[in-house]
Amino acid sequence: MKIITCIKQVPASSNVQVDPDTGVLIRDGNNVKMNPFDLYALETAFQINSMVSNVDIHSVTMGPPSARSVLEEALYMGSDEATLISDRRFAGADVLATAYTLSQLIDHINDYELIICGKQTTDGDTAQVGPEIAEFLSIPHVPYVKEIIEVKDKSIILRSTYEDYDEIVEVSFPCLITVDKGSNVPRLPSYKRRVAFKDAVIKTISLKDLKDKNPENYGLNGSPTQVDEIFPPTSNTDSIKIHGTPEELSASLLKILKESKFL
Amino acid sequence: MSYIKINNDLMTKEIAEGLIDICPFNAFDYIDSYLSINAGCKMCKICIKKGPVDICELIESKKVLINKSEYKGITVYIEQRNNIAHRVSWELIGKAKELALKTKEPVYAVVVGNDVSKIVAEALSFGVDKVFVYEDEAYKEFNVEVYTNALNDFYQKHKINIILFGGTTQGRSFAPRVAARLKTGLTADCTMLDITDEGDLLQIRPAFGGNIMAKINTPNHRPQLATIRFKMFNEPSKVKPFGEVVNENSDNISKETTIKILETFEKPQVNDISDAEIIIALGRAFKKKKDLDLVEPLRKRLNAQLAVTRPLIENGWFDARKQIGLSGRTVKPKLIINLGISGAVQYIEGMKESELIISVNSDENNKLFAISHYSIHGDIFEVLPKLNDLLDQIL
Repeated sequence: MKIITCIKQVPASSNVQVDPDTGVLIRDGNNVKMNPFDLYALETAFQINSMVSNVDIHSVTMGPPSARSVLEEALYMGSDEATLISDRRFAGADVLATAYTLSQLIDHINDYELIICGKQTTDGDTAQVGPEIAEFLSIPHVPYVKEIIEVKDKSIILRSTYEDYDEIVEVSFPCLITVDKGSNVPRLPSYKRRVAFKDAVIKTISLKDLKDKNPENYGLNGSPTQVDEIFPPTSNTDSIKIHGTPEELSASLLKILKESKFL
Repeated sequence: MSYIKINNDLMTKEIAEGLIDICPFNAFDYIDSYLSINAGCKMCKICIKKGPVDICELIESKKVLINKSEYKGITVYIEQRNNIAHRVSWELIGKAKELALKTKEPVYAVVVGNDVSKIVAEALSFGVDKVFVYEDEAYKEFNVEVYTNALNDFYQKHKINIILFGGTTQGRSFAPRVAARLKTGLTADCTMLDITDEGDLLQIRPAFGGNIMAKINTPNHRPQLATIRFKMFNEPSKVKPFGEVVNENSDNISKETTIKILETFEKPQVNDISDAEIIIALGRAFKKKKDLDLVEPLRKRLNAQLAVTRPLIENGWFDARKQIGLSGRTVKPKLIINLGISGAVQYIEGMKESELIISVNSDENNKLFAISHYSIHGDIFEVLPKLNDLLDQIL
């Protein structure tokens, strides 16, 4: 059984601010890490590997050449293969263009039963790329999976969790699932695998390798949405600041609650 | 195609280093006195706007522009389960009516389900111009494949301008499917919406992990799609229904699916903080479970519900449904008291519409203070015990 896991490198810190005068983004360092949700997606793949025989796990990512390091991490954790898709012409991709590019990559890999994505990334926060990949590939998707119940020859049984209910569904291969945080305990990269995969080849794919080679469908050109402006969140109330000793502060709090008739 | 061109004829080490410095995405490589852009580029164009003159240049390709006047109508997808509409749908109708005032467009609702007459009547009572109805046995339970086909049919027939979806667990799985089918943009979790005279939807949402806001638009694609969380907007008041019901024929729409629901489990009800009138919200400052006892006297007096930020969900003290913020619930109570919460934008966006906001924090630069009506600068572990003494005295 072939499983593709889509992973992403994200900034290690989300502490980003906008300089209110220049509009320039100020980032808190340039450290990166694997999107935390993807750790659970990978672990789900490894769990399936322990449930059935002959599982091949292929991790893929889209990003700059330096995004290779998340693929190495995936290999050290337990993936069998890794592919990076990278091209300058993918720059400025929004959700639609990103999902389209990944669907073209998956189409290029071609041979798969199951695609596993993290529910969302911590930098984009949309949870949209997984379902959109599935639509581009014309396959079903099941979101918010928290448990793999049974892996059959031609289908998989999953428990998926929504706001007010859980659902157990059976879905035929090929299909895509998204996995939420906390659905399992992701393993750490293993030292043995790090040694074994020291010289592993990570394939790199670019636009010229894809079936659709038209640059108009990728990156900024293939993106229906555009960011007009970024700005710091506004404050809109005249805040009354209260300072003092703990006694004074607690008395003030009580006074406010009494005056506003809550006590 | 559009791309950023670098004029390497004028390149110096200083210029290259300056550009590398202002790029937030590490997208420049300077090798052998030659500056190039790698795949990390997000086309934010800061290098053009803020970099030295004549070095970076945007080369834009000519695009065929769509005729925006051909697309009319602001539509709300009415999410339902067991034939009960999710109330976020009504809030979105309120917002759609507000936007439509500016562009003089009709406001529509679209319902997919089986036996949905009650929902249709309810939608009309909120003052929509038309309700489009897809009714079939196959639409009884939500199925992402089958429902996407129905919405695709709706758009192909009516060529509307905008479709709004609730940012619920169902909506966040469904809307992206529709967006990819229609090859258009979709903005997740908008916290504000506005519209230009031309009908371009301005979608504002927290970005980059939630510490800044982004204004996003869809300049040359229709329909424009957005998801919006529950409790972001107000439910409109009811009116005397005047809208028309359009029953769509779904006979020729594929209802094929390979997803089979085997079993459904309702989650036990928890007191929903979305409906709470008084909330005491606790943050990361609560390090030990015993610290929670400090809040109990005030909670009892106010008859308040407790809500929390993400760390207190992650450590297992509270049910996930008690979390305020964009990854939890949005709340709009009459009173919210924030204790020991640092105030990430994700949190603030989830509670900033509360009527009275009081925050207690030992950090004066705490971001919550800027949106609080009362900011009490003090350590909760010093203030709460004193407050409890005072509460004891007033019986």
